[in-house]
Amino acid sequence: MAAVRVAKKNLSINPLKSSAPMGASLAYLGVDGAVPLLHGSQGCTSFALTLAVRHFKEDMPLQTTAIDEVATVLGGADNLEEALINLTKRMKPRFVGIATTALVETRGEDFVADLKNILARRAELADVKIVLASTPDFAGALEDGWSRAVTAMIEGLVIPGDRRGTPLRQINVLPGVHLTAGDIEELREIIAAFGFTAIVLPDVSGSLDGHVNDAYSGPTSGGTRLGDIAEMGRAMHTIAIGHHMRAPAEALQGLTGVPTTLFAGLTGLAPVDSLITLLSHLSGQPVPASVKRRRSQLLDVMLDGHFHFGDRRIAIAADPDLLHTLALFFGGMGAEVVAAVASTGNSPALADIPCDEVIVGDLADFEQAAAANDAELLVTHAHGRQAAERLGLPLFRVGFPIFDRIGAQHRCTIGYRGTRDLIAEVANLFIAVRPEKRPEDFTHVLAPMRGTDTHATPATR
Amino acid sequence: MSDALKAKIADVFDEPGCDKNKAKDEKAKKKGCSKPLTPGAAAGGCAFDGAKIALQPITDVVHLIHGPLACEGNSWDNRNANSSGEKTYRVSFTTDLSELDIVMGNGEKRLYRAIRDAIERYAPPALFVYQTCVPATIGDDIEGVCRHASERFGTPCVPVNAPGFAGSKNLGNKLAGEALLDHVIGTREPEFTTDCDINIIGEYNLSGELWQIKPLFEALGIRVLSCMSGDGRFAEIATAHRARLNLMVCSTALINVARKMEERWGIPYFECSFYGLSDMSATLRTTARMLVERGAPADLIERTEALIAREEAHAWSRIAPYRDELRGKRVMLYTGGVKSWSIVSALQEIGMEIVYTSVRKSTESDKDRIKAIMEDPHMVESVPPREMYAQLKRGDADILLSGGKSQFVALKAKVPWLDINQERHHAFGGYDGMVTLVRELAKSLRNPIWQDIRRPAPWEAPSAAFPFAAIETTRKD
Repeated sequence: MAAVRVAKKNLSINPLKSSAPMGASLAYLGVDGAVPLLHGSQGCTSFALTLAVRHFKEDMPLQTTAIDEVATVLGGADNLEEALINLTKRMKPRFVGIATTALVETRGEDFVADLKNILARRAELADVKIVLASTPDFAGALEDGWSRAVTAMIEGLVIPGDRRGTPLRQINVLPGVHLTAGDIEELREIIAAFGFTAIVLPDVSGSLDGHVNDAYSGPTSGGTRLGDIAEMGRAMHTIAIGHHMRAPAEALQGLTGVPTTLFAGLTGLAPVDSLITLLSHLSGQPVPASVKRRRSQLLDVMLDGHFHFGDRRIAIAADPDLLHTLALFFGGMGAEVVAAVASTGNSPALADIPCDEVIVGDLADFEQAAAANDAELLVTHAHGRQAAERLGLPLFRVGFPIFDRIGAQHRCTIGYRGTRDLIAEVANLFIAVRPEKRPEDFTHVLAPMRGTDTHATPATR
Repeated sequence: MSDALKAKIADVFDEPGCDKNKAKDEKAKKKGCSKPLTPGAAAGGCAFDGAKIALQPITDVVHLIHGPLACEGNSWDNRNANSSGEKTYRVSFTTDLSELDIVMGNGEKRLYRAIRDAIERYAPPALFVYQTCVPATIGDDIEGVCRHASERFGTPCVPVNAPGFAGSKNLGNKLAGEALLDHVIGTREPEFTTDCDINIIGEYNLSGELWQIKPLFEALGIRVLSCMSGDGRFAEIATAHRARLNLMVCSTALINVARKMEERWGIPYFECSFYGLSDMSATLRTTARMLVERGAPADLIERTEALIAREEAHAWSRIAPYRDELRGKRVMLYTGGVKSWSIVSALQEIGMEIVYTSVRKSTESDKDRIKAIMEDPHMVESVPPREMYAQLKRGDADILLSGGKSQFVALKAKVPWLDINQERHHAFGGYDGMVTLVRELAKSLRNPIWQDIRRPAPWEAPSAAFPFAAIETTRKD
């Protein structure tokens, strides 16, 4: 439906995208006992770490190989080795996820071979699971880094082979980076309602959901357990959410033969209906009353909310899958997506966004398109706040990063319940800025007079 | 790394204004103060981070970051440096280098066009162009591009050559200072000068702290000719060489700027702090004395004393209501540099106890000051988070004052925490800031949530009795 236009330019103003190593780090953080390791200069880690802390309001155990100028010239393998040794000794992780950065990728080394040599040489790393994903900052964005890290984990940690002799009542879930901890909790509950256990990879609802432990933990506490990842081949089915999860889903299906269903998104009545139908089929159970009740509540909020959405002009900027999900949501509620800006152009999600044109660009493109098309609501991450201020429009914060609000990780916008709450939240934004009518709002009520713009005024004597 | 950058780094490390450096022998001096980073155990920002921190508060210029996305994409609009007008500094500009740009060596061309586009769109008084690791690796010459663009477009383009892998944040601060010295300071003349013109160096106007200080100077007829770099304007900083005195705030981060301005233009400087009542007063006194020594009217000293007396009394009257509440409360102070002592004296002034103060980023003179003001100086180097968590968990302190990095160590140990580093949202400068700090401390300590969250869930308490009494019913006959 939409034509995808890549804004050609030399200068990016107010970037929309977050880089791939950031996405990979978030994916690794969804594993229990994990430390993500960015192979790059210490700034690469410190910026990613600070941004993640600002979003989650949590400590982040990100580490760095601390590439300096000498290592850039001579190669970073020694730094990688030293970093693995130091951080396993110091932080005692069960899992280390390595993400490469633009710096080491520009020099271009055989990281996989480096890692293999290191692991063969250093017995002290034997108890730690280590995977590596290639995620240079100069290619792709958040979704790509997340997707590559999940693929690396599947390839490195899942026991390969068809092991479904007697499949467990287990469903694998491969959520995209646009799903929050709150979303995953909701999805797990929906799946449980059909008598299944969900193995979610990565599971940020266990690690990045903001909980208070009784003891200090360096690596992540909570998240997908390594033992569960290994056993993903014994599941009945795999559910992947977002087009960027196609590669990891294919990897898992290829390794284990577990059949996979890919959902573009799980927000809105129709997508959730499909999910519920799938689960009902897989379980051989009728849809439980509690789920039907949620659906009914959603129908009611759609009825109450549609007054506020109809013909509203919405501008959205996000990573492709989130953009796709939101555009379909707003369109489905009667609003019109008048500006759609994507962080990257390489996703099939962009083609069927209900908007004439999808711009691949930055927040300056977004601001311009929103203004040119008289948008009434801006929908993007927290960096949209400057545009919102300049345009005098409300901003609905979505995606990553949301650093100027708390509770971003708990917001749930999937399933019947999440869609229900999303409708209410957006409608309330519109209601909050609904202006009182004034006489000057009605200057158009009379038909224009022929030959003159002004209407007759009573003559004075 | 280019030879020019190598020479620059060697130069800023050989800093005669730095006590630590002065104490070293010739060989150690040459090596500079760059500590090798430990892979897998490093924390903190890179040189680019430091450069941007030092310069980005200049509000009216375009800050253009030359590199792949992450350097700017993960870090823009992330500090609370306020502006009294211009907002250009909050807009993010980056060349967002792609794989193709890097492989084809298009970086310089792209940068030149990016500069052109930014000037066309925003017409800034100047551009600051920041180098990052990847273009530095492939040999992009940002100095050359800036020189060419400056000539071509008539807008000064200032190269800030501090790629991340060159070193630490502190090095980046200094390299940013070098960019100001080489390309900005002394390039314009002020409309007029007075005997009471000063520059403030190393003050970033976080949460508006500059505005807690500036009125004090103005009340004395002292003009802040320029601030590097809080609420800064390019044209003001360009005239900084005509000031009579430099106030160096953030310890040694920009000491090279202060020292070289003394060398080049004979402007004396002193190290000062705006945190805490006595430090603020000392700063005003020294400013007045040094200005008078350079020819300012002698009555400035009396007027300064009068202002100090008035402001201190006013601040104490505002602090008094909190004294009883805070007396004897134990503070753990985990910061560095100037704040390791300036906040100490401030807290002691109101009767709080200092459990310890960290000196991991402090100089020898910082440490001497701590020894001078604390009866039983308890200084620590860096404390690993696990250890700090244990200290807080067992109740060693009532509150932690630190930067954002240890925020969650305290909060997860269920101990109050107050942000005194760059991300803070409260202004703690000058007399007014001390009142704010005291108010924030009290506010944080007295919040009822601390008791509430430390209480175990009721069902976990060993208790035999059923804890609920039946409600009384009145029988209706």
